[in-house]
Amino acid sequence: MSRKSMFCKEYFWQILVTIGGLLVIFVTLLIGAFLVYKGSDTFFKFHHTLGEFLGSANWAPMDNASSKGHVGALIFIVGSLCVCGLALLIATPFALGSSIFMTEISPKFGEKFYRPMVEIFAGIPSVVYGWVGLTVLIPFLKKVFDLQVGHSVLAASLVLSIMIFPSITSVASDAIRAVSKETRMAAYGLGSTRWQTIYRVVIPAALPGVISGIVLGLARAFGEALAVAMVIGQTTALPKSIFSTSKTLTTEIAAQMGNAMEGGEMKAALWTMALLLFLISLLFITIIHKFSKPKGE
Amino acid sequence: MVKTHFQKTSWIREIERLRMNNKFTVNDLNLYYGDFHALKNINLDIKEKEITAFIGPSGCGKSTFLKTLNRMNDLVESTKITGDICLDGTDIYKNMDAIELRRRVGMVFQQPNPFPKSIYDNIAYGPRIFGIKKKSELDEIVERSLRQAAIWDEVKDRLHKSALGMSGGQQQRLCIARALAMQPEVLLMDEPTSALDPISTSKIEELTLELKKDYTIVIVTHNMQQAMRISDKTAFFLLGNLIEYSATETLFSAPKEKKTEDYITGRFG
Repeated sequence: MSRKSMFCKEYFWQILVTIGGLLVIFVTLLIGAFLVYKGSDTFFKFHHTLGEFLGSANWAPMDNASSKGHVGALIFIVGSLCVCGLALLIATPFALGSSIFMTEISPKFGEKFYRPMVEIFAGIPSVVYGWVGLTVLIPFLKKVFDLQVGHSVLAASLVLSIMIFPSITSVASDAIRAVSKETRMAAYGLGSTRWQTIYRVVIPAALPGVISGIVLGLARAFGEALAVAMVIGQTTALPKSIFSTSKTLTTEIAAQMGNAMEGGEMKAALWTMALLLFLISLLFITIIHKFSKPKGE
Repeated sequence: MVKTHFQKTSWIREIERLRMNNKFTVNDLNLYYGDFHALKNINLDIKEKEITAFIGPSGCGKSTFLKTLNRMNDLVESTKITGDICLDGTDIYKNMDAIELRRRVGMVFQQPNPFPKSIYDNIAYGPRIFGIKKKSELDEIVERSLRQAAIWDEVKDRLHKSALGMSGGQQQRLCIARALAMQPEVLLMDEPTSALDPISTSKIEELTLELKKDYTIVIVTHNMQQAMRISDKTAFFLLGNLIEYSATETLFSAPKEKKTEDYITGRFG
């Protein structure tokens, strides 16, 4: 009896856990399939080419079922790339610096105070970042660079860099901490200074993890809509400099999805942009997996 | 008055050191980890170009003592040291930089710990941090070090492959080669064969005997046969005390202390 119930429990939990796991896979695939289904309308229903969608800056989709508009999403793609790339350039040095600080320079303080601080950072809702950016950063940029409006790619990048900083920091610091003590001792034993140990041994050994962190930060940056929308200025134009206003894929989707008519060209184009975002994050995940794979011989 | 006395004794010590050919002289060394008194009043001299073995049961302080010789204990928090250790007459804790010391006193660890880099980069690491950049010079050092560590023939065709793909025994000899690339004066070996199979162990032992010609070697070992096979002098540690220190043959054939006898005859430990 008790033996039987033991096995029953065993199977019950096993089935429950398996269902949980399969559900995640199923939902992900379903979202992917749905995005492909919706996003492909631009090409098959409205007969636009992939070249036009990716390569043209002419964004004038019709909000009806005719296919007379233009769906060039280059502005948003360039906007996203600029904002995210710049955010990454700003955030990565600081994130790397602080992960080295909290693991190598001051591990006790790092573990006790710094890490929780960084985690709090990560937990602040994006609207708060956006709002702070709007009230503090934008007037500041306007004044310092003598701009007509403070809203700009730079402002969006700065806000994003603050938002992705904790993601990069926590993943990178985990990777650095995971470098074995023996490896460090080998470096010290050969007469390395602390800095030589860090940048010649520890960082190279932790590099796959650090890169994963950076890619994760980039993925988060690509996906962020709200905070970016609040400070980028939302003009449909290719950014000419980091002080230009522009739009990104996410901000345009967020701004237009409520207005666009169901079954219209605009809606289809927005879905295609969502599909593009999905593919980009898929790419990032693939990169992370490639890097975090344990290296054999 | 007091000062003169001190100067005189240190002067006498120096003469003694030169006469005795001592590489390391250790006087009244005490080491504490926090409240734990890990090494108690250690006095011993280590002679140049000899192999000195430290034996004793686990936790007796032999590894701790080894690590004081190149100040690796500095990296352990709340370590406190009193007394003095001199390398060629210079106090390594008071008058020498830890970095400089570690370049003169190389170390091989218990677990083979190659860097996750290529074989070549492992060996070239030391010379590179020393500031050598020229490829021809590095090539020469890499080959010489690998030859010295008797591993050149096994790895010469895959110098640019990852060191982590080697066997444990090869990795350990690579670590020895890496230490030799710094051209140290002393080589400290902390149970270098405890993680290895018998064949690799005998290779390392042969290598150690070979290296004795050019280097002063201090080896910590769990294995008394190993100490007998390779060392000139043996020190027996117990609970942080240096119980007995003499020529290896004497220590194993006619120990003066009862505790040493008990240990080497296997009555405890």
